[in-house]
Amino acid sequence: MSAVLKPKPHYIVCDGNEAAAWAVSLAQVDMVAVYPITPQSSLVEYLAKFIADGRLGAEIVDVEGEHSVLSVLQGACLAGARTYTASCGPGLAFMFEPYMRTPGMRLPMVMTIVTRDTLTPQSVWGGHQDAMSVREVGWIQIYCETLQEILDTTIMAYRIAEHHGVMLPVNVCHDGNYLSFATGRIDLPDQAEVAAFLGQRDVNWHVALDPERPMAVDPLTGGAGGPGPALFVRYRKGQCQGMQNSLAVIEEVHADWGRRFGRYHAPLVEAYRMEDAELALVTLGSMTGAAKDAVDAARAQGQKVGLAKVKTYRPFPAKKLAEILAGVAAVAVVDRSVSFGWNCGPLYQDTLAALQSSTIPAMSCIGGLAGADITVGHFARVIAACAELAQSRTPGDTLWLNEHD
Amino acid sequence: MIEIRLHGRGGQGAVLAGNILAAAMVHEGRHVVAIPSFGFERRGAPVASFLRFDDKEIRQLTNIYAPDCVLCIDPTVGRAVNIFDGVREQGIWVQCSAKPLAALSFPDSIATVGLCDAVSIALDIFRRSITNTIMLGALAKTTGYVSLEALRVAIQSSAFRDAGLKQNLAALERGYEETVVHKIERRAAA
Repeated sequence: MSAVLKPKPHYIVCDGNEAAAWAVSLAQVDMVAVYPITPQSSLVEYLAKFIADGRLGAEIVDVEGEHSVLSVLQGACLAGARTYTASCGPGLAFMFEPYMRTPGMRLPMVMTIVTRDTLTPQSVWGGHQDAMSVREVGWIQIYCETLQEILDTTIMAYRIAEHHGVMLPVNVCHDGNYLSFATGRIDLPDQAEVAAFLGQRDVNWHVALDPERPMAVDPLTGGAGGPGPALFVRYRKGQCQGMQNSLAVIEEVHADWGRRFGRYHAPLVEAYRMEDAELALVTLGSMTGAAKDAVDAARAQGQKVGLAKVKTYRPFPAKKLAEILAGVAAVAVVDRSVSFGWNCGPLYQDTLAALQSSTIPAMSCIGGLAGADITVGHFARVIAACAELAQSRTPGDTLWLNEHD
Repeated sequence: MIEIRLHGRGGQGAVLAGNILAAAMVHEGRHVVAIPSFGFERRGAPVASFLRFDDKEIRQLTNIYAPDCVLCIDPTVGRAVNIFDGVREQGIWVQCSAKPLAALSFPDSIATVGLCDAVSIALDIFRRSITNTIMLGALAKTTGYVSLEALRVAIQSSAFRDAGLKQNLAALERGYEETVVHKIERRAAA
């Protein structure tokens, strides 16, 4: 019997923006359109370099603004291309009109959001406010915790987006500053293995700009008469169904990635030390590492704490999160953004909705706005507040973690 | 886990130094995460970079508040910011300075001081006061956290080419050779 030896890992040392650029190169995209914006700029500079060096055989279009970025990519997608861009903050705001149109056209683009807090007050630093502001537009949104996860998830995003039961655009979110500029070791997968994992691109079978099969793309639909109402509902329901279908596809794609590359990332929600947990933290993105260290420290002191990290944020994995949290005495949700309508964090609202049929009390914590740090010490305070909530069972006001820093 | 905080000024390559150091440590089989501090990029302004290394995976992606080691690649930035803020007991301080130890003040928590006149070396090699690779040599000599050979490999695999590569390799060697390491006897309690 011959043994199949796994080749030695190919380690490189790079930051999160470069990790995303490597993923795009390995996914062999056909068309990239970019406009630089802090803290995304170095990501598109790496891409431009990869294309100039011939490592990535894509066309790059330097356009005059983010509105044109997505408009260019919509045309490319309709012509059958695998497409990529990255943006954040004010750039994402300027992109909004074509951003809103992309999921309805069922275009399987992948776009990184190098998350940044929104203006104003004027700031150039990380936070989830930009991505959160577009959470109901219909893009799939997946948040990364580590540098390796950026690389792996960006590649996986193409298989999720291009799945015929999904056909929706995907935002892969990585935290501005803490992931975009953090440097560490990543394992670079083999080009041929990534190509085999992704398979043939087939992105315009349903809607196309193609002289061989002329069609009207996105004609006027809806209104109150004729076939309009029913047709519009059909499109909308189809979009919702695509989102729901993606939950299983995301799990399937992560499982296949694990089988092929040996790295099993939790696809929807990661449960960390949740067996027998009485208190639970809910986290999103790069803050999770410090939260896990705080959980370990509290466990060492005899406190039964666990953590649920939401990776797939849209569609929201409500069932999975509720399963993981079932049986705890209290939950503390940590957001890196604000829901202005509810005076709490948006992930907190989602968690409450997921827990609607339980009586578990939950509280909202907000930290890490505009580049602020959420340290192990901050998470120790969250755990203490969660323990109090388990006793009082009455959630108080939102806890602002950096209020006195 | 060991935590190093790098201090410098915009334009001196403190962030690049952090990345080269990270690459060198990965070459030696360590887990490393380096995070630069986040300001507007402005030449001459104080900057910091945070590096953690360990033999196991590092999960927390945060700034460093209680460093085991302070690496300061600029002779005067210590006047603008408290480079010793939160430094641990038995701390190590690697400083770019032409002054003798007796002319420098530092807290009791510092137990080892490595001094290197990196500005003079830089003016000699680069004709500019770019001290980053010189001070990586000083760090290797003072702390033993990383070998000179691993730093050589990291510099060779970075973006430096031709004359620039040669100069930076020479800078690294001279930083290592010309650093003087002082062990500080604990001052008797008053």
